[in-house]
Amino acid sequence: MEALDLEYMWALVPILLGYVPLTLFMALIGMFFALVLASLMAVERVFRVPVLDLFVRLFISFFRGTPLLVQLFLFYYGLPQVLSVLTNINGVTATIMGLTLHFSAYMAESIRAAILGVDRSQWEAAQAVGMTQGQMMRKIILPQAARVAAPTLVNYFIDMIKSTSLAFTLGVTELMGAAQKEAAGSFLYFEAFLVVAAIYWIMVEVLAFGQRHLEVYLSKAHAK
Amino acid sequence: MKHTSGISIAGLNKTFGAAQVLKDISFEIAEGERVVIIGPSGTGKSTLLRSLNFLDRPESGRIRIGDLAVEADKASRADILALRRRTSFVFQNYALFANKTARENITEALITVKGMSKTDANNRADAILLETGLAEKADAFPAALSGGQQQRVGIGRAMALDADLMLFDEPTSALDPEWVGEVLDLMRRVAEKRQTMLIVTHEMQFAREIADRIIFMDGGKIIEQGPPRALLEDPQDPRTKAFLRRVV
Repeated sequence: MEALDLEYMWALVPILLGYVPLTLFMALIGMFFALVLASLMAVERVFRVPVLDLFVRLFISFFRGTPLLVQLFLFYYGLPQVLSVLTNINGVTATIMGLTLHFSAYMAESIRAAILGVDRSQWEAAQAVGMTQGQMMRKIILPQAARVAAPTLVNYFIDMIKSTSLAFTLGVTELMGAAQKEAAGSFLYFEAFLVVAAIYWIMVEVLAFGQRHLEVYLSKAHAK
Repeated sequence: MKHTSGISIAGLNKTFGAAQVLKDISFEIAEGERVVIIGPSGTGKSTLLRSLNFLDRPESGRIRIGDLAVEADKASRADILALRRRTSFVFQNYALFANKTARENITEALITVKGMSKTDANNRADAILLETGLAEKADAFPAALSGGQQQRVGIGRAMALDADLMLFDEPTSALDPEWVGEVLDLMRRVAEKRQTMLIVTHEMQFAREIADRIIFMDGGKIIEQGPPRALLEDPQDPRTKAFLRRVV
């Protein structure tokens, strides 16, 4: 086994770090829309709106039941062939769409479970003071469900950050794509992918640190 | 915010599966009257209270609070909201909003339901916290309060709504004995204001003290009702007599 080319690795760090903003951009936008969509679907699943419920269940079933890579290829290579408005879709947009829809399906089920876990007394108290269903969900139920769902949702976010690397397969030069290009030029594959692995790992660890603070914050109402 | 009061309940029926829990319940409550419901467990007392604000939806019957009349079998979502906004409810298990402080438990409905400004709602809440002896706990979350304190916040939350009818569902039954006194004291204070109250309780001494009228329920029906002294000391129906022998 030959020694690692540490000098090369060190030189690669600033180059690859330049792609971190794009990775975080795709993950953050994807997470934002996924959270909104997942919350709406979760509330729908709890109240089981006629007809709509069928669509939501079908949506969740499809996006949980097929690989993310297949979904990305469908959005980027497949759909534009049948929907002319999507002809000019770029790889970043397609990735964000794919991440949003894919992860919203998983997150909807976590949020739904968390909503159903909120004690019955909380629903009844909100009803008894005369809140509408919307007020009850926004003010009382969802904030309490958020505490329960938070660790799982952060896990999905971590997964989403790592999944942005699939944008590479849509021709986007993001973090993984950049590492691949660098490696192809230098033939130092092991060094290049080691650096990119380290960068993903550190991003996730920073997030895990934030997660602990988020959980403390969300639990402040439950401290004795 | 109070409307003209005077409440009438007519022909209320409620079933859970095959069991008919309320059988054609009818009675009236005058404005400012304090009515206590007593009776054996599983008799439909709590269900009656919960039917009045549709936490349990009655199948049939008519509920009138002042000028608001709701037919149970055709009540719309708007009817139910209107009914809930004319009543307030104190739960056996307190049911404070776990994600809100004591003060926020009181202000939440004032702001979101009644459209009060945050400042006005906070002022009202602080006045009520003072009255309930919990001014120092204003910023505490329910998890950090004792059972008695939680129930006092629960009563405060209901008081703040200034409802035509306050409903109390066994408000001291879940409390450790040491906290029962402070909760009953607070309820006495509410009663002194001639607030219209309908209370389900097993506290006979308290009922005798504050009730204008006691209703005895058994098997989903009103068996007998009257002023406390008459009902407790000279009950007419054998079921009332049997119950009172057991509890007094």
